[in-house]
Amino acid sequence: MNKRKILDRLFEQKVVILFVVLCVLTIVASKQPLTFVANELFTRIARNSFLVLALIIPVLAGMGLNFGIVIGAMAAQIAVFLTTHWGFVGIGGFLLTALLATPMAVFFGFLVGKLFNKAKGSEMICGLVLGYFAEGLYQLLFLFIFGGVIPIDNPTLMIATGVGVKNTIDLKDTIKYSLDTVPMLTILEIGFYLVVAAIVLSVVIKLAKKQPVHWKKTGIALILAVAIYALTYIPAVESFLAADRLLLLWAVELWVALVLLWQAGRFLVLKVIRKEELDLKRLAAICVAAVLVYALTYVPAIYEVLIYVRLPVMTYVCIAGLCLLNTALMRTRLGQNMRTVGQNRVVANAAGINVDRTRIIAMIFSTVLASWGQLIFLQNVGTFSTYGAHTQVGQFAIAALLVGGASVQKATNKQAILGVVLFHTLFIVAPLAGKELFGNAMIGEYFRVFVSYGVIALALAMHAWKKVSGVGPSTDFAPASASALAGGTSAPASGGGKAG
Amino acid sequence: MERSYVLKMDNISKEYSGNRVLKGVSLQVRPGEIHALMGENGAGKSTLMNILFGMPVIHSTGGFEGSIEIGGQPVKIDTPVKAMELGIGMVHQEFMLIPGFTVTENIKIGRELSHPNLLSRLVGRSMETLDLAAMKKDAKAALDTIGLKLSPNAKVGGLPVGYMQFVEIAREIDKTGIKLLVFDEPTAVLTESEAARLLETMKVISSQGIAIIFITHRLDEVMAVADSLTVLRDGEFVARREIAETSVVEIAELMIGRKVEKLVEDQGTDNRTLSDDNIAVSLRDYRVNMPGELVKGIDLDIRKGEIFGIGGLAGQGKLGIPNGIMGLYAAAGEVRVNGQLLDLNRLGEALRHKVAFVSEDRRGVGLLLEESIEKNIVFSAMQVNNDFFHKYGWIRLHDGNATRRHAEEMVKKLDIRCTGIRQTAGRLSGGNQQKVCLARALTLNPEILFVSEPTRGIDIGAKKLVLEYLVKLNREQGMTVIVVSSELVELRSVCDRIAIVSDGRLASILKPDDSDADFGLAMSGGLKKGGGQRAG
Repeated sequence: MNKRKILDRLFEQKVVILFVVLCVLTIVASKQPLTFVANELFTRIARNSFLVLALIIPVLAGMGLNFGIVIGAMAAQIAVFLTTHWGFVGIGGFLLTALLATPMAVFFGFLVGKLFNKAKGSEMICGLVLGYFAEGLYQLLFLFIFGGVIPIDNPTLMIATGVGVKNTIDLKDTIKYSLDTVPMLTILEIGFYLVVAAIVLSVVIKLAKKQPVHWKKTGIALILAVAIYALTYIPAVESFLAADRLLLLWAVELWVALVLLWQAGRFLVLKVIRKEELDLKRLAAICVAAVLVYALTYVPAIYEVLIYVRLPVMTYVCIAGLCLLNTALMRTRLGQNMRTVGQNRVVANAAGINVDRTRIIAMIFSTVLASWGQLIFLQNVGTFSTYGAHTQVGQFAIAALLVGGASVQKATNKQAILGVVLFHTLFIVAPLAGKELFGNAMIGEYFRVFVSYGVIALALAMHAWKKVSGVGPSTDFAPASASALAGGTSAPASGGGKAG
Repeated sequence: MERSYVLKMDNISKEYSGNRVLKGVSLQVRPGEIHALMGENGAGKSTLMNILFGMPVIHSTGGFEGSIEIGGQPVKIDTPVKAMELGIGMVHQEFMLIPGFTVTENIKIGRELSHPNLLSRLVGRSMETLDLAAMKKDAKAALDTIGLKLSPNAKVGGLPVGYMQFVEIAREIDKTGIKLLVFDEPTAVLTESEAARLLETMKVISSQGIAIIFITHRLDEVMAVADSLTVLRDGEFVARREIAETSVVEIAELMIGRKVEKLVEDQGTDNRTLSDDNIAVSLRDYRVNMPGELVKGIDLDIRKGEIFGIGGLAGQGKLGIPNGIMGLYAAAGEVRVNGQLLDLNRLGEALRHKVAFVSEDRRGVGLLLEESIEKNIVFSAMQVNNDFFHKYGWIRLHDGNATRRHAEEMVKKLDIRCTGIRQTAGRLSGGNQQKVCLARALTLNPEILFVSEPTRGIDIGAKKLVLEYLVKLNREQGMTVIVVSSELVELRSVCDRIAIVSDGRLASILKPDDSDADFGLAMSGGLKKGGGQRAG
């Protein structure tokens, strides 16, 4: 029985396992050093994760894989063009671009949500076609309206005739690496100010509404924040934090230390002080795993990779923040409504949830996050292909999510990150493997494209197939008794689902 | 008025595009009583409940007439939310539960408890964090009230069907200020022991002062728990009775009512000889897995040359009988046609034994809606009997002339009103579509004809013609006709014998002139005789 269970689990993860095997094989075949692959990979994780994570909310709200994120990407690109034209640079320029892109993305997301509400059940194909339609409007804007209707006098950005925007825009002197290069010290400072602002604001609102304020709790929180901030004035810490990139080795060590501290704190607070029930086995397992990870850093091959790769801290903080947001949102009233709508619209409606409104909000979230994701992507790449940067955003993000083991109805942060890792590993090494094996990089390139579309097609087909086999009359019906018949309606259906 | 009522619906009428489905119905429920609402399918129970819940289907079709009072106050219920606020809850027949959610989440659906945080103070209530601990506590309390020992953390998807019903009840109980709870055929999907527990639970709930409207067909359950009942028939109010002052037989009579009108003119002399030795269709331990119409073991003999009726309420399994024989749904057991055993696993086996079927699902199974009338009439015969073909060696080509001649003859014979035989079947009215289905079945030259719901959705004139034609086929050609119908009137006006199916089993076989009470009891599962053995 247990063996069977394990096999079932593995079967559920078949897509992930298939891609892990593929990745290992292609890495071996490409004959590239691991340091190169890892370096490329971590760059691409930073670039693409945000976009993939932006897909999760609509999946949970039952709207499937949101091909409409292309439209969010377009909002970001319009904003990038404008700020580049106005000449804003650095992190300030980046934030202004994000600020400019957000209202556009909100508006577009609202429209997409409206449209999807009219096409319930076929959001995916609708989103895909909508992407192509929006492409037309986008080109009209960039080829004709910029310069043709709105006079823009900027010879570096515009085609020589003055009507239409050039094919590529170089972001090197404007926002390239603007987010990636924010020093850790600044991040901590900003974090400190944000925490203080939040505490003060919350107290002010409570006072204004005449609600009780927990002065003691507020005080402790403030002191903690100040204490952590004060640490940065220690010269050793300060010099460590002054960098904008973090060596992967240090990141791993920091992570292990944090995990151990967190578990120890939990043990102290819950078990020793509050004397609550705690799953000690699980706690111990996590600690052992953390120590094992640390031990692994002493393996020479891994060590070599770890001291080679440097992470852009701010970008990874943003990605972690989005993961937290996705989780936190699902624990709110709105998130619960989204999940209910995603599971069953009829039940949600009967429970007094405004289904259409919830779906539109989910769509706005996704579109805004996608626009930020595209901004992160562009600032890292550094050049902006005016008419091509957005075209495959939807396909690649969705393929990555599916490779991570997500489905049309279920997706988690973990699946998104895992998917990005696997999909982009394949992306990096497939052309190289093709060159090594067949003497032609095009074969690897072909394989890469084949994989990204193949994964989407496969996942959608499997989704449709699961739906059909769950409903259709089963043929292997052999009633043994009346009671078997009464309970038989669900049993044969699930059996049929597994049999294929 | 001496007695106070928690709910008083007075003189309610409702019309759907000219069709009056409720005619001056009244309903009164006292606080803390269990009030049974009874009636056949189509009596107007669901419409009445839809009005009570302010369902959009009522208000998008022009509203209703009459007045509703809750606790003595006249109210206007125009949305389900309004009904909820007034303390009316519903336990649905098909579960309004989400399998992927836990019991707690399902109980608290749409009414989650939450506490504010910074963001919610700025943006609004929708961003408040869920208070899972408090929700769990409430859920536990509601589950305890109805005596269900179940972890609030369990996923609903893995629970037995019987438990799901209780989760639904717990959800309604959890709503504050609930005054009236509607149970819509709650026992239909439950096993006997689960049903008994449910009835117990209903008593517990009503003893706490919550009134219950109990919609059911099962007379024994009504007698067991209800305090009073209202009977509807054909959208009309028939009677309100206290259980203490009535009997099973009276209720059954009230439900069926005297409504035998002559639907069919006499068709001349009846010179058939029916004999128990000459059996056309014989079923032994016959089961069909048709979702919603399960057949759970039936033994039945249909004599050659008779018109045999199969009746019963919707969902009891009568439709499963012909669908299983024709191979449309998985079936098991022994089926003999003229003594020969049918292989139920082979699709088309029944057709090869000269059994034809007119499906109740005209638009889904019965017709090729986009094809012409003539194609619809002949395509089964082309497929099964290789009729309407020119044969050149092994090549067969469609014989257009023969098809046209046959189709025109059929159109004339059955009086199909159309612009011509080339008209697409989807454009015809319901009655004419039914005639096309009949024509196709007859083109197969069957010896045995199953007709399922022959008059569903067709007007009275067409109804009469279809039924008369069935009688004519039977009398003139000696065809064995089996009519499956929810309309007892039409079964009683054409059939020689009528089998009543209840809960997937044969309740009894009656003659058309048996009393209303007998029919009522058989349909409500209150009477078991003549072949209604329990299997399993």
